[in-house]
Amino acid sequence: MDNLNLLIAAPILNVQLLLDGLMIGAIFALAAFGMALVWGVMNIINVAQGEFVILGGYMTLLLVKYGLPPLLGIPFAAVTLFFLGWLLYRLIIWRIVDADMFISLLATFGVSIMMQQLMNEIFGSDVRTAESGLGMSYLFNNMVTVSQIKVLAFILAFVIGLALWLFLKRSRLGQAIRATSQNPRAARILGIDTGRVYAATYAINAALCGAAGALVVMAWSIHPYAGLPYTVRSFMIVIMAGLGNLGGVIAAGLGLGAAEQFAGFLLGAEYQLAFVFLLLVAVLVWRQINLARKRQYLK
Amino acid sequence: MNRTTYHYLAIAALALLGLAAPYLFPAYLSQFSKLWLFIVLALTWDLTGGQMGYNSFGNVVFFGVGMYAAAAVQVALYYPLAAYTAAKGGGTEFIFNTSQFLTGLAAGLPAAGILAALTAVALGLIILGMRGHYFAIATLGLAIAAGELASGWDLIGAGSGMVTPTPPDSLDTTTLFYYLSFALAALTFVFLAWLYSTRYGLAINAIRDDEDKAEAMGHHTIRNKVIAWTIAAFFLGMAGGIFGNLSKFIDPIDVAFNGAEIGVWMILMAILGGKGTLWGPVIGASVFYVMKELFWTYLLGWQRVALGLLIILIVVFFPQGIVGWLKERWPSRFGPTAAEMEAADAKGEA
Repeated sequence: MDNLNLLIAAPILNVQLLLDGLMIGAIFALAAFGMALVWGVMNIINVAQGEFVILGGYMTLLLVKYGLPPLLGIPFAAVTLFFLGWLLYRLIIWRIVDADMFISLLATFGVSIMMQQLMNEIFGSDVRTAESGLGMSYLFNNMVTVSQIKVLAFILAFVIGLALWLFLKRSRLGQAIRATSQNPRAARILGIDTGRVYAATYAINAALCGAAGALVVMAWSIHPYAGLPYTVRSFMIVIMAGLGNLGGVIAAGLGLGAAEQFAGFLLGAEYQLAFVFLLLVAVLVWRQINLARKRQYLK
Repeated sequence: MNRTTYHYLAIAALALLGLAAPYLFPAYLSQFSKLWLFIVLALTWDLTGGQMGYNSFGNVVFFGVGMYAAAAVQVALYYPLAAYTAAKGGGTEFIFNTSQFLTGLAAGLPAAGILAALTAVALGLIILGMRGHYFAIATLGLAIAAGELASGWDLIGAGSGMVTPTPPDSLDTTTLFYYLSFALAALTFVFLAWLYSTRYGLAINAIRDDEDKAEAMGHHTIRNKVIAWTIAAFFLGMAGGIFGNLSKFIDPIDVAFNGAEIGVWMILMAILGGKGTLWGPVIGASVFYVMKELFWTYLLGWQRVALGLLIILIVVFFPQGIVGWLKERWPSRFGPTAAEMEAADAKGEA
């Protein structure tokens, strides 16, 4: 527990960890928006979420390779992933919308391992990162450093969250999405093309993940098999926040980011992933115990 | 010939094949050993997944616990474990003679089963209260966390893994492990066939069909669920112990707690064969094992792409599995007979 003493002796370190965590958490929240949307509307838990994030990162690297500024990667990744999501829906996902949830878990898991190895074959297995071109900011007499790309990620998470909320509330398609999520049969009777709504939902999810991935590759690094933790984090955030609660998703995402930074610092980086997965189990158990008091179950 | 005769004929043929394989296919013996272990994996997954309706992504935890437990006991009987793992095993320093090796196995395999079963009790009491996909995701988290924890634990070799005891040259371990795997598969099959014919088998089927009603009718559902998972874990743990010795090297993430491969394969094998049937996992494991070996031989580099495609095809287009399909296609030959259905009814009412 040397690191704990260090935290107490140098309180400014807490600020550093907290800021880092909050900003990383904003990226998690971005991917979690998509998962909440797909889960709420289509009743599918998309295990390929993390692979969408990683692919978004590779799209950004593709731009960099052709000499374009990496910041353009955020919209570029979102657009390409949007089309990929649409394609995947038309090929595979539409068959499992009405199926048992376990079927959709397994099928999207299949998509996920396919994408992992395809990315490995196409882009190589190295750990890659992109230079965002933004600098660092120094706070508190240079005691705390903040990279500006993370600040941008933080702001973008809020902006995109707000835009998504407005889109769902105001736009025609957004209203159709909400109607379909409430009652798909009634929506069909009222003339909504639910197939198109599902396709749009899945594609928007992929686009959100793509944008998150572009930020991940600039703020951090990616490799083809790094997707699963992002899936698990999204899942965790959605369970903590509940479906249909965009504000909750942001709050849970920021909380998770901060918790992970502190855990990584205190336990050592090698246990950071173990912490994420054990936290998932702990969150589920905690929800389960709360529900069991009311004789209800997590299902 | 009626259906029961077919059933016994199939068992007899399989048993004969199993006993004679060392003489028929001596070159492929280690592949056959793994096939029997895969059958154990599919059968035990189906006990909770197919018969009880609890789809676990995390059964590989028990497999890995068993693997480490067996290896640790085999070593610790004769040498200090920490020194052994620190030296990365083997070498000239840690030598096992025939009797030491066999005693180690005889103690290690039951210990593996028991430790895995205890793990199942502890974990089951906590997470078997969850249902449906929450249970599935929680077990997925456990499987990956277990791998990460094992790769941070120095006593069992941490990230660099652990070498299982090197057998003496005089011992024909290929045949030994073949018969061990075969015996374990046979034991698991017979035990589960018996279990499904008892009232307890009906109880876990009731949990799958409607858990709330089962509870309302007075079943202690949590207890029954934990028992089923514990049984699955016991056999899985022993399978892990044998598998570790077969592989000769235990890597925490790529061999022991390999949730993305072995953890998913066992689900796929059970679904491919037919969930919730006795023969389904056996057939599914055999078909899948052959396909997997082909993928890994001829599609190296693309094997996971092929596997992912296979998963999608199976779960989307063929969720009833081979046995389920046979039952639909020829109900007179493969479906339950009228007498059996009446007997099941009578038992359910008794």
